[in-house]
Amino acid sequence: MVAGDSSFLIKPLYNFRIPGIDYDFAITTTHVAMLLVTLTLLTIAIVARIKISKVKPTDKPGALQNVVELAIDMLSSMVDGIMGKNTKRFVNYLSTLFIFLIVSNLAGLFGLRPPTADYGVTLALGLITFILIQFNGIRKNKLSHFTALFQPVWFLFPINLIGEVATPISLSLRLFGNVMSGTVLLGLIYDLLNPYTLGYGAALHFYFDVFSGCIQAYVFCMLTMVFINDKIADE
Amino acid sequence: MEMSNISGQDYVNAMSALGAGIAMIAGLGPGIGQGIAASKACEAVGRNPGAKSAVTSTMLLGQAVAETTGLYGFAVAIILMFVKPFK
Repeated sequence: MVAGDSSFLIKPLYNFRIPGIDYDFAITTTHVAMLLVTLTLLTIAIVARIKISKVKPTDKPGALQNVVELAIDMLSSMVDGIMGKNTKRFVNYLSTLFIFLIVSNLAGLFGLRPPTADYGVTLALGLITFILIQFNGIRKNKLSHFTALFQPVWFLFPINLIGEVATPISLSLRLFGNVMSGTVLLGLIYDLLNPYTLGYGAALHFYFDVFSGCIQAYVFCMLTMVFINDKIADE
Repeated sequence: MEMSNISGQDYVNAMSALGAGIAMIAGLGPGIGQGIAASKACEAVGRNPGAKSAVTSTMLLGQAVAETTGLYGFAVAIILMFVKPFK
């Protein structure tokens, strides 16, 4: 029961050792899925770039151009709704993050194990958010970024510190937990009733991959924006 | 089967599975909280249908944050079942 060969766990595909380091490295399903996600996004981006750079302003826009313009418009209005005048500085990172998370979470639909169901991926994203929060806080508030930890009274310092450190952990665990729970449930159902799952597996995929995945991508970006904006907003 | 046939490792595995089940009781709180949030959002939309999209996105954000405690329980359950920290 507790065996490690369940279909929803991370599987090593290729083991190797680096000389001098006593540790078994492995290329896992996460690496492959993430590489495929990145390549898909890169291909779409390059094709869109080539197509749009050829278009004259008087031409009728094609299907791809319309979709890309719509997506860019939605993303920048999403960032603009929270960030206001700081939109320009963060819109690139947040749009990239959002598109990457959406495609990663939807990877389960294509038979891949979603990369975001690996805590290594989500923790890295959470730490990037943490660094962005602290860097922008220090840049904006200088020394009062640190003295704010002693507000309103000095003995609340440990609680404030835990509050700061907990941000990336709760962000990354939220994303990981949501995607992982969907992966585990679907894996259990596929293992449990193997020949009969073709029909209702689709409905569960819709809920866990499409609905939950899109919401969690939105929430991750939203919370990143809110936390950064907390530090850099003018009082 | 006699009790003496159960090794220490079997006992640890069984208790880990039991602990994973107990950890998932953490799902109770977020369920109630999300239900309350959704009901309040329905009330808000009923009073002010024009603000439907703003209410919906705020509700989803709040629900996703409220879900975190349940997911901590889920993380504990996953670790007990698959990472097996007590060997």
